[in-house]
Amino acid sequence: MGAARTMTVVRSSATSSANAAVSFRDEVVKLIDVSKCIGCKACQAACIEWNDTVQPIGYFTGSYQNPPDLTPHMFTLMRFNEWVNPKSGELEWLIRKDGCMHCAEPGCLAACPAPGAIVQYENGIVDFVQENCIGCGYCVKGCPFDIPRISAMPAKAYKCTLCSDRVAVGDGPACAKACPTEAIVFGTKQEMLHHAAGRLIDLKSRGFAEAGLYNPGGVKGTHVMYVLPHADQPELYSNLPANPRISPWVKIWKGAATKYASLAAMAAFIVGAVVHHVASGPNQVSDKDEEEARKLIEGRR
Amino acid sequence: MTNLWTDIRSTDLVIVMGGNAAEAHPCGFKWVTRAKAERGAKLIVVDPRFTRTAAVADYYAPIRPGTDITFLLGLIKYCIDNNKVQWDYVKPYTNAAFVVKAGYSFKDGLFSGYDPAKRIYDRSTWDYEIGPDGYAVVDETLTSPRCVWNLLKEHVAAYTPEMVERICGTPKAKFLHVAAMVGEMSAPDKAMTSMYALGWTQHSYGAQNIRTMAMLQLVLGNIGLRGGGVNALRGHSNIQGLTDLGLMSELIPGYLGMPHDNEKDLQTYLKTRGFKPLRPDQISYWKNYPNFMVSFLKAMWGEAATKDNDYHYDWIPKLDKPMYDMMQAFELMAHGKMNGYVCQGFNPLLSGPNRAKVTTGLSKLKFLVVMDPLDTETANFWQNHGEYNNVDPAEIATEVIQLPTTCFAEDEGSLTNSGRWLQWHWAGGDPPGQAKADAWIMAQIHLRMKALYQKEGGKLPEPILNLDWQYKVPANPTPDELAREMNGKALAPVADPADPTKILVAKGKQLPSFAFLRADGSTACGCWIYSGCYTEAGNMMARRDNTNVGDANVYPKWAFSWPVNRRILYNRASCDLTGKPWDPTRKIIWWNGKLWTGYDVPDMLPTANPEKVMPFIMDAEGTARLWVRGLMVDGPFPTHYEPFEAPVVNVLAPRIRGNPASRVFADDLAEFGDAKEFPIVGTSYRLTEHFHFWTKHDRVNAMLQPEFFVEISEQLAKEKRIANGSWVRVWSRRGSIKAVACVTKRLQPFTIEGRTVHMVGIPLHWGFMGLTHKGFGPNSLTPVVGDANVETPEFKAFLLDIEPTTPPAGFHGA
Repeated sequence: MGAARTMTVVRSSATSSANAAVSFRDEVVKLIDVSKCIGCKACQAACIEWNDTVQPIGYFTGSYQNPPDLTPHMFTLMRFNEWVNPKSGELEWLIRKDGCMHCAEPGCLAACPAPGAIVQYENGIVDFVQENCIGCGYCVKGCPFDIPRISAMPAKAYKCTLCSDRVAVGDGPACAKACPTEAIVFGTKQEMLHHAAGRLIDLKSRGFAEAGLYNPGGVKGTHVMYVLPHADQPELYSNLPANPRISPWVKIWKGAATKYASLAAMAAFIVGAVVHHVASGPNQVSDKDEEEARKLIEGRR
Repeated sequence: MTNLWTDIRSTDLVIVMGGNAAEAHPCGFKWVTRAKAERGAKLIVVDPRFTRTAAVADYYAPIRPGTDITFLLGLIKYCIDNNKVQWDYVKPYTNAAFVVKAGYSFKDGLFSGYDPAKRIYDRSTWDYEIGPDGYAVVDETLTSPRCVWNLLKEHVAAYTPEMVERICGTPKAKFLHVAAMVGEMSAPDKAMTSMYALGWTQHSYGAQNIRTMAMLQLVLGNIGLRGGGVNALRGHSNIQGLTDLGLMSELIPGYLGMPHDNEKDLQTYLKTRGFKPLRPDQISYWKNYPNFMVSFLKAMWGEAATKDNDYHYDWIPKLDKPMYDMMQAFELMAHGKMNGYVCQGFNPLLSGPNRAKVTTGLSKLKFLVVMDPLDTETANFWQNHGEYNNVDPAEIATEVIQLPTTCFAEDEGSLTNSGRWLQWHWAGGDPPGQAKADAWIMAQIHLRMKALYQKEGGKLPEPILNLDWQYKVPANPTPDELAREMNGKALAPVADPADPTKILVAKGKQLPSFAFLRADGSTACGCWIYSGCYTEAGNMMARRDNTNVGDANVYPKWAFSWPVNRRILYNRASCDLTGKPWDPTRKIIWWNGKLWTGYDVPDMLPTANPEKVMPFIMDAEGTARLWVRGLMVDGPFPTHYEPFEAPVVNVLAPRIRGNPASRVFADDLAEFGDAKEFPIVGTSYRLTEHFHFWTKHDRVNAMLQPEFFVEISEQLAKEKRIANGSWVRVWSRRGSIKAVACVTKRLQPFTIEGRTVHMVGIPLHWGFMGLTHKGFGPNSLTPVVGDANVETPEFKAFLLDIEPTTPPAGFHGA
């Protein structure tokens, strides 16, 4: 969280007012050009090296995808999908680097009950502050992209930080630096939109009529964007959601008029969350967690 | 590479065939993505598997392993039939017009002069007709039936699109699609680049695979141009340097030939290396061979090497057979004829064919020295690792000496990349534990051997005792000193041959380039092609100016490129006969009316008349060769042969198995499998997550690809009842391995001669040491036979079978 000193927080979880922005910084975007990606996993290696995480050595589970899913130690993941294009009859190996999208309207932040555990900087980066995280897993439910993962002991939520610590000192994210084919590029939103426009012209010239930029409106846009050859079918890319939006439950409880209504909504949400997602092991939301969360929220409001 | 990595950015079409650039060379592959993004270049992938390179290709065509020559000869035929030939290039710049002498022939898969008992050719008929003027006869009208062009037309006639489909399993429509894209590159202002690697070399006709592409590129007029060329993607970060420095039994540094037994003295050795021009006005630069050879001998033995003693040519070892390659070494070991082995930066237990034979050989040694930064399988070949290395240590008496070395990041020196750049690097850290630099270790061995010879004498001690060893600290030659030695220096004043009073290089000075080498003992040079890398101006390899001169993407001020800092070989051919660039938007050099000039060092004498002196100055013809005379042992033209273990007979020459000129040892011949017993094709390859057998020792790479697997098609999985992620047994005549199955759409069966031919893909990164789970490599299964010219083992096409099995003891699922 070295970033906190040099980047301005504009939103913070479980707090009613944002800090007033004292200086304007350009919005940043990490652009992932799927058409240039060779699935080499240099981004994964760089991510582990920079964040100094230790992802255990797993097994081969029938796909090049390793580890098989995002983990609290693996913030980004190359997902592989073999798809036969029904129009051409040809195989396409669709490889997508998965990770936090850094939504303009972050569902995780909206869902988070722990004050200051999730922050959004004025440049758009959404960061988790583990000191403040209570490991409840609500962020997982709040995320329309299924990104955050909760560590075992202590229970804390982890995800891609967009290398906020590097960005704060003028560097790009480690994955972009490591990417050998310049499939991952980083810059101001304006630069990246311009770059993407050029890429789309190239892709369309190669017959990808539906090529497009993935920057979904349901979360008011993202600070990680994809150039997709088949932008009309984002689900092809290992279930990238076509219309991601924050769960209505999260909106209800965070946006409700009274704390009682919001708490009721939250309770319903928790039930859903427990059943639905944070289902097993130490990641479960315990009664104590709920009580803690309630106290925190009540104390703040 | 004829060209260089950054030059790929200048291309119009990339064809990746016999390689998998995105996976095996991901950093260099950025120039492909640049070419695509910046200039709309297209990418074609022709490969038995749908690779990660294919994932970003504009067009993919499948091909059965080992049939590349057929595909490429098919492309040449297509170009000829459809007039996709750059005639203004082919006529003057290739040997198309040269007339081949009577006696040369090709019939039933064999060229004239074949001796089936010895499996070698008498190559005396593979030459040009020589005229009364002493020069080769040419027929510029291309009407003589014996001119190279007409022989080529006749030779490729069999390779129709239908034949390509029949042999390669590439659907005709896909072949024609590729052919149409490639054919467009015959326009003078279009350039295609070829990127290949071990997918072409690891065949019993690997060198001919590459030759066929070189021929296609000549027909298209793409050699010497920016964005063109035939580009080998070299491995191991310094494999180019390894071959440059002659770390092969048949070579000495700079691609000079190791002498043979019958070349008793220097004169005899040089007699066959005179390289007299075959056409008037041609340069034939290899005529300078004596300068390179004598300077090398002077670098070896300094003052002890004099004119009177033939510069001690007698101290150079002489070969009694074509070469002592790895397979020859293990053959000797297996028969108890080689007792000691020094294994430096090499893991033959996993990289030699037929691992059982490698184990047998190592087990019969008296001693094995392993110099490596890592604890390799080879060093531990005697340990029992269950079914992963099922040996009995009590039965093995080999003494193993492990000498831990620095890895590249702990050492200073130069690495030569695929594009022939010698790039200096500095140590990034200290080596751990007792690890020492290779040069330090070699110096210790040398000095101790020298002391023993001094004390005890022995057979022929002189080459060791007199080895020139003038390092400041004899026990620790520095990379800087070694580099200066490679560059070469003047031992006496070097005079201008045209004016002996004019001294070009003073005594003791570093030579500016190999143009200053002499055969009179006045110069010493460790590796002539590297001359110029460390001059009086300093260490040229350490240069770090990345100015893109002329926006030509060749970066002439960055590091040093051999030869003479030339970035694109044969760059003279980028211009027409008047010296004007074929493509004015992609200039590299040009004739300014008086001189050759440009953004690169011209591959031509600066003053050479463009209309008279042809671009291929290393060739005695002055031209490139569509037909290579006797320079390759297995034929002046490439032709279709099946792998030694093939699923079908050679339809063009049914009586021929494999490459008829390949060396085969009797024991290995007995272990070849046939298609009745082993109906499935096996092929081997690397994955991007790992670098050979190194990175399984690194926790991050180990996590990214943790466990050995083999890849099969959905069709084969269904036939054999194999589920994705389940355990399979794969075996050949030589061995049996277990692996997890990866069932994928990326592998598809081939239809060959009306039947389905399945394929199993076997990646190579696993062993029984390191952090990944224990596994096998393809070499447990592969046959011992190699390329007829250079003995690269046939790892890319062999026969096997597969069945479901139970997990190995102690493994997941067990």
